[in-house]
Amino acid sequence: MSLSISTTINGTTRDIALDDPRVTLLDLLRERLGLSGTKKGCDRGQCGACTVLVDGRRVNSCLTLAATLDGAEVTTIEGLAQDDALHPVQAAFIENDGFQCGYCTPGQIMSALGLILEGEAGDDPERIREGMSGNICRCAAYHGITLAVQSATRRMDAEQKGDAA
Amino acid sequence: MSDTIARPDRFGSNAGQPMTRRDGLAKVTGTATFAADNAREGLLHAVYVPATIARGRVASLRTDAAEAHPGVIRVITPANRPALPGDPEAKPTRFSFAIEVLQDDLVRYAGQPVALVVAETIEAATEGARLVTATYEADPPRTDLDDAPDFGIDTPDFGAPGDVVHGDPEAGHAAASTAIDATYEIAPQYHNAMETHAIVAEWDGDRLLLDTPSQALSMSCAAYAYLFDIPVENVTLRSPYLGGGFGSKAIPNGPLVLAIIAARDLARPVKLMLTRQQMFGPVGHRGQTRQRIRLGADGDGALTVIDHENLAATSSFEMFLEPASNASQGLYAAKALRSRHRGVRLDIGTPGPMRAPGEASGSAVLECAVDEIAEAAGMDPLDFRLKNYAETEPGTGRPYSSKALRECYARGAEAFGWKDRPREPGKMRDEAGLLVGWGMGTAFFPSPMFAAEARATLRADGTAIVETSAADMGQGAWTSLAQIAADSLGLPLDSVEFRSGHSALPDGGVAGGSGHTATAGGALHAAGGNVIRQLGEMAAEQPDSPLFGAGNARLRAHGGRLHVEGDETRSDALVDILARAGKSELVASGKASRPDEDAKRHAMNSHGAVFAEIRVDPDLGQMRVTRLVGAFAAGRIINPRLAESQLKGGMIWGISFALHEEARHDRRTGRIVNADLAEYRVPVNADVRGLEVITVHEDDAYVNALGIKGVGEIGITGTVGAIGNAIHHATGKRFRRFPIRPRDLLAT
Repeated sequence: MSLSISTTINGTTRDIALDDPRVTLLDLLRERLGLSGTKKGCDRGQCGACTVLVDGRRVNSCLTLAATLDGAEVTTIEGLAQDDALHPVQAAFIENDGFQCGYCTPGQIMSALGLILEGEAGDDPERIREGMSGNICRCAAYHGITLAVQSATRRMDAEQKGDAA
Repeated sequence: MSDTIARPDRFGSNAGQPMTRRDGLAKVTGTATFAADNAREGLLHAVYVPATIARGRVASLRTDAAEAHPGVIRVITPANRPALPGDPEAKPTRFSFAIEVLQDDLVRYAGQPVALVVAETIEAATEGARLVTATYEADPPRTDLDDAPDFGIDTPDFGAPGDVVHGDPEAGHAAASTAIDATYEIAPQYHNAMETHAIVAEWDGDRLLLDTPSQALSMSCAAYAYLFDIPVENVTLRSPYLGGGFGSKAIPNGPLVLAIIAARDLARPVKLMLTRQQMFGPVGHRGQTRQRIRLGADGDGALTVIDHENLAATSSFEMFLEPASNASQGLYAAKALRSRHRGVRLDIGTPGPMRAPGEASGSAVLECAVDEIAEAAGMDPLDFRLKNYAETEPGTGRPYSSKALRECYARGAEAFGWKDRPREPGKMRDEAGLLVGWGMGTAFFPSPMFAAEARATLRADGTAIVETSAADMGQGAWTSLAQIAADSLGLPLDSVEFRSGHSALPDGGVAGGSGHTATAGGALHAAGGNVIRQLGEMAAEQPDSPLFGAGNARLRAHGGRLHVEGDETRSDALVDILARAGKSELVASGKASRPDEDAKRHAMNSHGAVFAEIRVDPDLGQMRVTRLVGAFAAGRIINPRLAESQLKGGMIWGISFALHEEARHDRRTGRIVNADLAEYRVPVNADVRGLEVITVHEDDAYVNALGIKGVGEIGITGTVGAIGNAIHHATGKRFRRFPIRPRDLLAT
């Protein structure tokens, strides 16, 4: 059987013929579209390693059936850096050493971006910690992650104000 | 895009600079290739079926439904498994364990593979594994320390720690005017690296290509070569990035070998990635321990004896006893020291090394016990530790290669504000009415070295390639080893290409024991030094060189040039020496290991002091670590930014050891009931606040040529005890079981 969806992934609209209705967004990205930046850590929504943005909201791609994404807009870690420039969240993770092994990092960064877009945490470290607690980092780079999200929030705010002015 | 942040104050050598990670760009853009990210033409997916009992045998396996499922190619069971030339229960390398690869119908622990399903897609393989039905003849599972008789160690070996006695423990007990006798229990813990164990295996004739995370590339290749009876040079293992290891990814395990068997059988590449649930079984864990510790002190508060007995769980078929009581050796100046070990065989997967094996579990108990006796002796916990400060290694009398622990105590205590701590427990409350407690612990970890080799190639354009099969599991090898290598050649970091994580490179040794930077770095240092030495010899014989006749004695490499020390006028560019010699490149090898004589002469350890503040809700039993200050002395720090991250990570592992991590077995089936990341608790971001790391400078002329001691594991030690002691200080109650749970607080 085949099921067709039309989904925009990192700005490019793709017509995808799903070979199996059981395919999750995570396995679609990793095993079928060659976008292996998104990581599988638990496959049941407990660790956040597979976090991507769907229509601007962060979701666990392991719990999202690909078949439900007709017409959706998906952003993955591969879609953040523009031309030759890192996204402010990516740069902030490097500068603040917000990772060690790097396996949870794509999910942390997508979750951080989602959190910033939600606009609920600001640069308050307590709220950032809470808002980032769906993403487990076993190396425990949490201190750097919190600093990175604070720093990226401020930078994105400043950029937005610059644009507005 | 630059992955290195420019720092205006940067000068001098590369080592010691807080460079950002060289692999940072790849890791934040999703282009860092972890094992399971590898795609291959014709790739098949394998999923194994885990045993649902812990002890007994598989009575029947029905595979027809799985085989009929669309996409399923093969179901491998003990009945049809292709032969494996090597014995899966043999030990081809020093750190090998017996592995379970469908060699028989016995079930040794819950979660052991009983069949393997290979399919065209991950979905079909997953469903196929679900469709395999097994029936069992089950025996009652033994999963707790009291479920089986204990035994002693006849012949000490890896995984079988021998007893250690210094002085006269009985006399020490007799001489004590203050004594404590306490028994602590520590629950089993599972590594749970974020990247589950994974492999992509592909055969080409009798050549094997593996993408799989490895903390020990060379040793792993030797084991695979043995198991499949092929020359070791036929095994290519690529492990550029490990998504965490923590000790669990040093040696091959059964599931990985099953994937290789399937790939050969089907003549197609096979990918196997453990599910999170499968991480609780065949891939090692920190074994459960019960530790009795008896301390005695005289009227001045000087320890007369540390007597530490360890009872540790191992599997029914293999030996790895968590060497917990050894942590009582080497730290405090007791007149007598005794560390003993006994084991219990249970129906569990074989335990193995997990971040700070032995030291983490042993230090947790030792540091709490020291607090107990300090209180009994009426002394401040820090004063008691200073009173028992060891100027030379207790028991052996060997000098320490370096030991800035006193400075760690002082700086940590000052940063934390320890002097304001009320002696009596239960005296501090915050504005919300929560109980507040302050505790401390000493951190301690040996500084071992293993053996490694490296190669350095200087090229005519002034750039260099440096190579060793090191492993970066997050500690920062890609960066800190490149820093060492660049220094060894006197080159700026950007001129050096560092190649690593591939088995065809010179053997980078084992990334474990906190010894990887010292060992692989030592080999790189030696290789670069050998290039420089040869250049010096060449220049000395080149009449056109400013170094003609200079010899090697006072030469120093820096900034791409060789300088005669003390003579500004005499220097020569590395590339000019190479050009005059008519060479397009110069290659040299280097090795590192610690000579036995050096290891005997000095005691070599990293040290530290950890101070913790906890807030306890007296009604709910909820405990939160609100401040954690660690001061560590660990020899030379190659990259302060990355070392600090490692130390913080270790301290957070301390939080999780003290308050979170515990695998629980169902007593009837023997299965672990909380085998996932929702129920097996590890810290999340909200659990971590108020974290501060101080590194105390230490020059160590003996530990190795680079003065490196290692920072990967020490952060856990000290921290667990500090938190346990803080809880005691907050509540006045002593809990002797880790993790300490809200229900423990509420039950008393």
